[in-house]
Amino acid sequence: MASKLLKLTKFINTSSKKISKVSIFSASHIIQTRPFSDTPQKVPNTTTSSVPPFHEKNYSLDGAKKPISSSLNPVELAKFSAIAETWWDPQGPFKPLHIMNPTRLSFIRSTLCRHFRKNPHSARPFEGLKIIDVGCGGGILSEPLARMGATVTGIDAVDKNIKIARLHAESDPVTSSIEYCCTTAEKLVEEQRKFDVVIALEVIEHVAEPAEFCKSLASLTVPHGATLISTINRSMRSYATAIVAAEYLLQWLPKGTHQWSSFLTPEELVLILNRASISVQEMAGFVYNPLTGRWALSDDISVNFIAFSTKNSE
Amino acid sequence: MNRIVARRVIATIHAFKVPTRGLTSAQQNSENKEKLGSVNGNDQYDIAIVGGGMVGMALACALSSSPLTKKLSVAIIDSNPALGKEVNVKNDDLPDPRVSTVTPASISFFKDIGAWQYVMQHRHAYFDAMQVWDYTGLGYTRYTASDVDADILGCVVENKVLHSSLLSCLQNTDFQKIIYPSRLTKMVVQPNTPTKGIDSSCSRMAKLELSDGQSLFAKLVVGADGGKSHVRELARIKTTGWNYSQNAIVCTVKHTVENHCAWQRFLPSGPIALLPIGDEFSNIVWTMIPKEATERKSMSEDDFVKAVNHALHDGYGPNPQSNSLGYSGDYSWEVPPKVVELASERMVFPLSLKHANEYAVNRVVLIGDAAHTVHPLAGQGVNLGFGDACALSKIIADGIAVGADLGELSLLKKYEAERKPANIMMTAILDGFQKAYSVDLGPFNVLRAAAFQAVQYISPLKRNIISYATGQQKWPLFF
Repeated sequence: MASKLLKLTKFINTSSKKISKVSIFSASHIIQTRPFSDTPQKVPNTTTSSVPPFHEKNYSLDGAKKPISSSLNPVELAKFSAIAETWWDPQGPFKPLHIMNPTRLSFIRSTLCRHFRKNPHSARPFEGLKIIDVGCGGGILSEPLARMGATVTGIDAVDKNIKIARLHAESDPVTSSIEYCCTTAEKLVEEQRKFDVVIALEVIEHVAEPAEFCKSLASLTVPHGATLISTINRSMRSYATAIVAAEYLLQWLPKGTHQWSSFLTPEELVLILNRASISVQEMAGFVYNPLTGRWALSDDISVNFIAFSTKNSE
Repeated sequence: MNRIVARRVIATIHAFKVPTRGLTSAQQNSENKEKLGSVNGNDQYDIAIVGGGMVGMALACALSSSPLTKKLSVAIIDSNPALGKEVNVKNDDLPDPRVSTVTPASISFFKDIGAWQYVMQHRHAYFDAMQVWDYTGLGYTRYTASDVDADILGCVVENKVLHSSLLSCLQNTDFQKIIYPSRLTKMVVQPNTPTKGIDSSCSRMAKLELSDGQSLFAKLVVGADGGKSHVRELARIKTTGWNYSQNAIVCTVKHTVENHCAWQRFLPSGPIALLPIGDEFSNIVWTMIPKEATERKSMSEDDFVKAVNHALHDGYGPNPQSNSLGYSGDYSWEVPPKVVELASERMVFPLSLKHANEYAVNRVVLIGDAAHTVHPLAGQGVNLGFGDACALSKIIADGIAVGADLGELSLLKKYEAERKPANIMMTAILDGFQKAYSVDLGPFNVLRAAAFQAVQYISPLKRNIISYATGQQKWPLFF
């Protein structure tokens, strides 16, 4: 595994030399600037290190951030704010997430039960676990987690999402205990909040700076805690299915929901998590069966995938 | 502050496990009920089962037997006073005319939920052979359990035995259930998306109002209230169906020997079935036009017994020639045992076919006869209902495993997708049989007889039909 990663780093390094013609940057910087992406990029300035593309907040040299600084992308925020009210409409713009939800949750259930030695036959196996759902949206993941017994905190940078999530959670006594905040992972890191489990599903592809984002997720996780991330692979098949099919042909998602170039490959995700001292333990793909209309877990990680990882001890 | 209080209440519910022995009625157990959490003085449950008949109780038992669902709080709404009482079915009573033919698939479901052991303590009759023939004498089919390498083809059990077994099974668990001895009068289901201005604390629950003035909230309402389902009506689920303009006479009869075979003969006016019920008794289900049914119900017992023997053996037409194709032994046509005495009242039921267009809407799901009423041919009705209860309990468990809201339509639609096509298939087949025998024309009779002969002599076909009819196989033939 380690040697594979090493090779990968070398590969990224060498190929990036060819493409961006920058030879002296560290691997982490190279990942942030995504040499493989086909979108126009700023030519990195050699004097100020690590200025990522799309990022509008200023970072100082030492990496300290301004108050609302985050790895978020403002264009993405505006996009989600516009459709926030439809979060809980099972036939609305978030229908794909609703259909996918049970499959994601069964992966979360099995990996967390194993890692934290919880009884998988219990109706509330997550009792005693503090879980944060980063980019919770309307709460479609937070609520099931709360029903499974977890103490859940849901955060989202879109204020409208948090309002919808709160309103919806209050209608059921089991979910009304969820703590929803309109904030960012970075801010909670500053507040030194810690969680047993940090979950960010279908979020990292909407983030301007995935490496920074992963560092924040790592800081929120207690040592030996778990981090779960799901996203879309940057492959030819993902372009065909997640963008061409889902947005244009089937119109499951509003056009422009995803930027193919912002997708991460599983190897890149493993790498940036590793740099944030998180080791990926298990990965699974999600595949859609058009006949049954359901998602299933699979070994095929070429489009949608989820990674279960644990934080190394400090 | 309110939220904190609510959280505490919920925590107590989950920590609080009352070993409730025996079913407790709502009034008797108000103390227990308070622990279940209430909003504005109304009780809240995970699931409300409307109708505590065989299928509703089977669902409750199935939920109590699975580790994921046994902690659910369940309300059972039924005005039948038998639900709150100690179970008491005596074995030396004469058999009740209302019986069910339980298929091997339903038997294994009963074994899984722990209810079959109680059935075994009461009267029941396994049968390992089945003979179907018609009045033209042209064709017959004789099935035996050995055709499908099984020990039995089914078991005939009185409905009251099935019901009391499920009750005993439920009483011996510490499942949290409350019986409301009342009827449903009103059901309010809020739309799924939260709207400002409504009482948000209960907006994701269905509100049920009862005839005795009580009301309760449930995340999921299960309509198990039979063919005239009130839940179905209140949920505005439409049905498709028709009346057969046929009635069935149902009664218990006595033989001089014990019967171990299920017999069914198609007569011009409809089929007559003779099912073993144990101890030299058999059950008769005789379908005919309503006018005939009224006559036969009111005729003297002796005349009725004569009419039954006539219908089963020596009347209407010749008996099939058993060895016309050289078959003998196990597969030859046999004469059904003679009926000597009527052992119960004669009950008359109208027959109809009814199928709900949807099994699931938001927070409401239908099971058993509430979803589908079929022709009583081959005794499939209640088995389809047990199939529904089994499927629904599994889908609820799957939902709980992933933290789903139990009333979520996407979850309930999985149940519909699993059961509806299978139930429609069985309904259509039984309806087809009924239609095939509502015509009496020479050439048609020969075709029908040819179909019988085909089934009798082509063994893969025969095996297939038996497995389908006994519920071992979800689809007939090549599906």
